[in-house]
Amino acid sequence: MRVRLPRPATLGPLLALAVACVFFATQSDRFWTGENLSLVLQQVMVVGVLAIGQTLIILTAGVDLSCGTIMALGGIVMTKFAADIGLPASAAIAAGIAVTTLLGAVNGVLVSRINLPPFIVTLGTLNIAFALTQLYSHAQTVTELPSAMTSLGGTFRLGGTSVVYGVVLMLALYGFTWFALRETAAGRHVYAVGNNPEASRLTGIATQRVLFGVYALAGVLYGIAALLSVARTGVGDPNAGQTDNLDAITAVVIGGTSLFGGRGAILGSLVGALIVGVFRNGLTLMGVSSVYQILITGILVILAVGTDQLSRRGAVA
Amino acid sequence: MNGSVLQAKNLIKRYGHVTALDGADFELRAQEILAVIGDNGAGKSTLIKALAGALIPDSGEIWLDGLRVHFKNPIDARRAGIETVFQDLAVAPAMSIAENLFLGREIRRAGFAGSVLRMLDKRRMISESAAHLAELRIGVGTMTQSVETLSGGQRQSVAVARSAAFARHVVIMDEPTAALGVKESAMVLELIRRVRDRGLAVVLISHNMPHVFEIADRIHVQRLGKRVAVLNPREISMSDTVAVMTGALRPQELPAASDQYLAR
Amino acid sequence: MGAARLTLIAALAAVFAAPARAQQPIIGLITKTESNPFFVKMKEGALAAAQHDGVRLLTAAGANDGDNVGQVTAMENMIAAGAKVILITVNDSKAIVPAIRKARAKGILVIALDSPPDPVDAVDALFATDNYEAGSLIGSYARAALGGKPAKIATLDLFPGHPVGAQRHNGFLKGLGLPAPPKSSNELGRPPQVVCMADSYGNQSKGQAGMENCLQKDPDINLVYTINEPTAAGAFKALKAAGKEKGVVIVSVDGGCQGIRDIASGAIAATAQQYPLKMAALGVDAGAAFVKTGKRPTGYINTGVTLIAAKPAAGVDSKDVKTGMSLCFGKRD
Repeated sequence: MRVRLPRPATLGPLLALAVACVFFATQSDRFWTGENLSLVLQQVMVVGVLAIGQTLIILTAGVDLSCGTIMALGGIVMTKFAADIGLPASAAIAAGIAVTTLLGAVNGVLVSRINLPPFIVTLGTLNIAFALTQLYSHAQTVTELPSAMTSLGGTFRLGGTSVVYGVVLMLALYGFTWFALRETAAGRHVYAVGNNPEASRLTGIATQRVLFGVYALAGVLYGIAALLSVARTGVGDPNAGQTDNLDAITAVVIGGTSLFGGRGAILGSLVGALIVGVFRNGLTLMGVSSVYQILITGILVILAVGTDQLSRRGAVA
Repeated sequence: MNGSVLQAKNLIKRYGHVTALDGADFELRAQEILAVIGDNGAGKSTLIKALAGALIPDSGEIWLDGLRVHFKNPIDARRAGIETVFQDLAVAPAMSIAENLFLGREIRRAGFAGSVLRMLDKRRMISESAAHLAELRIGVGTMTQSVETLSGGQRQSVAVARSAAFARHVVIMDEPTAALGVKESAMVLELIRRVRDRGLAVVLISHNMPHVFEIADRIHVQRLGKRVAVLNPREISMSDTVAVMTGALRPQELPAASDQYLAR
Repeated sequence: MGAARLTLIAALAAVFAAPARAQQPIIGLITKTESNPFFVKMKEGALAAAQHDGVRLLTAAGANDGDNVGQVTAMENMIAAGAKVILITVNDSKAIVPAIRKARAKGILVIALDSPPDPVDAVDALFATDNYEAGSLIGSYARAALGGKPAKIATLDLFPGHPVGAQRHNGFLKGLGLPAPPKSSNELGRPPQVVCMADSYGNQSKGQAGMENCLQKDPDINLVYTINEPTAAGAFKALKAAGKEKGVVIVSVDGGCQGIRDIASGAIAATAQQYPLKMAALGVDAGAAFVKTGKRPTGYINTGVTLIAAKPAAGVDSKDVKTGMSLCFGKRD
C-alpha cells in the first residue's frame, strides 16, 4: 500500500498545529518536553474521544450538542454504581456505557426515524441528560472509587516520559475509526449519507440504519469518554462535560470536517483537539491571560471553516 | 410478450381526485432506444416511476422478460436488472468516480480481510470502473478524482456508465441532456447509443425533440394518462409528433407507416 | 349514614383549606444554577424557612453560571404568578439590573443573596458573604502558613470578568499582604509573586489541567489559590501526580462538606466557609416580614464567613474540621 500524504482536509490543521508548536517552543523552553507534551495529551483525551463520536455525526450533516452532558451522566452512573451500590468496577463501567449508548440511541431514533433536525433533538437530550445527572447525583461529586475504575489514569514509561493509559486508548480508538471510515463499506456509507442522502437512498444504502448507527455508536464513545474523565480526575463529577459539548464540536470543525456533511477526516478531529489543548497549555506557560485563549479559539474556528470553504471553491470546476 | 423486454398493461394510478395513469400501456423491445414523450401532466414520470419501482400502481400488470413482476421499491427493480439514471444523477459529489459507481454495491476483499475486517477491495473497484468507462468510451481522467471536479456532461456519463454497468435488461434515463450544452449533449447521446449497442434496452424520457429524433428507435407518446401512439421517427416529422403529443393531431389521422401502435 | 357524613365533612374541609393555602403569600427564589451544591443547599434552607414562616416558595434557576436571560424570565414568571418578594443570586451583576428595577417599580421586594448586583443599591437589600473578606481570610492563613518563605503563587480562577471570582482572588492577595485591587474591581490582580494564572470554570477537571500547566511553567510553586473546592481537588490531583503534594499549600473558598473532608485528609490546607442556608433563611424571613408588616429590609447584611483549617496558623483565628463539618453544606455522611 502506497503511503499517501494527508489529504488537504487534514493538511491545513496539521500545519497549524506544527506552527503553534514551533511558536510555543520558542516562547518557553518547558513546552517541547516529553513531560509537557504527555500532559497535553492527557488534557485532551476526554474531548478527543468525544470528538470521534461528534465527527461521525457531523459527517452525516448532523450535530450533537449533548455529547458532554451525556458523558457526565454516564460518569455519575458508573461511579455511583460502584461507590454507592457496590457493584464491581467492570459492571459499573458497563452500566455507565449502557446509559450513554441508550441516550445516543434515542438521539438516533429521533433523527433517523422521526426525521427531527439533529440540532433540536440533541438540544433536548442535552437538557434531559443534565437534569438526570443533577437529580441522580444531588449535585455532589462521587468519591471513594474502586481503584480498578481509575486504572486508565495510570501511567507507564515510554522513553523517559510517563504516558497515561487512557491516552493510548484514545489513540487506538482514533486508529480503529480511521480504518473503518476508510476501508469498510459502512464507513464509506457514512460519507455518502452526509454528502447526498437522496443518492444514498436511491443506490440502496440503508440510510436510516446509517444515521441511527452513528448516533448510537457515538453514545458508546461518550461512555468511554466518561470512563477516561473518571480515570483522570478520580471522581464522578456531575459538572463534567458542560463546556465539552462545544469543545468537541470545535475540535471537529478546526480539524477540517465540514458541518454540511460528507467531507472530513477523523484524524483531523484529533489534530483539532490537540490544537486547542496546545494553545491552552502554551499560553499558560507564556503567562498570557486566559481571555486570549478564548479569543484565539474563536479565531481558529473561523479560520478553519473559512479555509475549508475557500479550498473547496478552488477545487470545484 | 414476444421479444419485448419490459411491458405494462392497463396501469392505473390515482392521487386523490387526480388520475395520473388511466389505463396506460407500455412496451419496450430488446436492444432499442424508446423515447417517452408527453406534455406536463400526461403521466410520463408516473409511468416511469412505476416501471422503476419508485411507486406502486393501483392496478395493472408489469412484465419483465415475459415474467410478471411486482416492485415494492427501486431496489426491487434494480435487483431485477432495471437501472435508472435520475435527473439529479444520484451521485455523491465529494466521493470518487469509482466509489460512486459502486455506491451501495461495494466489493469486499477476498478472505479474512473481506469477511472479518470488512475491508473493501478498492483496487478492484477502481480497475472495474475504469473498464466500464472505457467500454463506453467515456474519456475521464482517473477513477479516484471526485465527481464534483467533473463537468456536467462527464458527471452525466458517469451516472450512465453506472447504470449500464449493472443493468441486465433495461436502463431508464430521465432527461439526460436537460442540463447540458451542445457539445456535451452530443457526447451523452453517443454514449446512449453505445449502451444500446452493448445489448441493453433504453427508455429515454425527454422534452428535447431534436435529441429524441436523433437517437430514438421508437417514440412512445403519453397523453392524459394513456399511451396514445408509438411513432416511428424516421417516418414522421417533429412538428407532427409534437402535435400528437399536445392532441392537436389525432393518431388516427397519421399514415400507417408512422404509427406502429395499431390498437385504438 | 356516618360514612357519608364523614365524607361530606372531609370534602368541605378540603374546599375550605384550599383557599387558605392559596392565600399564602408567595416568595420567589432564583438561584444561579441547579448544579452547584451551594445553591441546592440554599434552596433547601429557603424551603424550610418558608414552611416555618407560612409562605409559599417558588423556585427557579439559570441554565448555567452566567445565564442572565433565564433568570429574567424566571423573575417575570414569578411576578405574574403573584410573588411579592424575589430572592435572587444574580448570574450577571449588571445585566439583571433593569429587570430588578422593573420589579421594584411594581412594589415587589427584591433581595440579592450571595452575589451583589451592580450597582448594589439596585436591590432593596443584600444578604451575602463578603467574598473579598473570604479571600482575605485564606490569604492571611497562607501568609502565616508560609512562615516567611517567599511565595510563588498559582491562582486557579473562575473565568474572566466574574465579580465573585475577582473579589475572592483580590481579597486573597490582600490577605497575603500583597498589593491588590479594591473590592469593587472585577479585574484580577497580578503582583509578581503570582507566577501563573489559569481558569477553572469552578470545575475539577479544568482545575486539574490548569494546575498541570502551571506546574510546567514553574515547578517551584508553593501556594495555590483556588476559586472553590472542586477546583482545589483537581489541583491536588495534579500536584500529587507530580509528586509535589507535600510542599504546596492549597487554599479555597466555600465550605462544602466534600471540601471539609478534603481539609481533613490534608488535600486542602484551609477554606473560607460560607453559609448558604443562613442566607436563604434570612432572605425568606425578611420577605415574610415584608409581606406581613410592610417592613422593607435595607442595606447589606454579612452572613458571615469562617476560616476552617486542620492546622491552625500562627496569629490567624480559625476553626477546626469538626466545626466545619457541623456547619457544612452538601452530603454530610
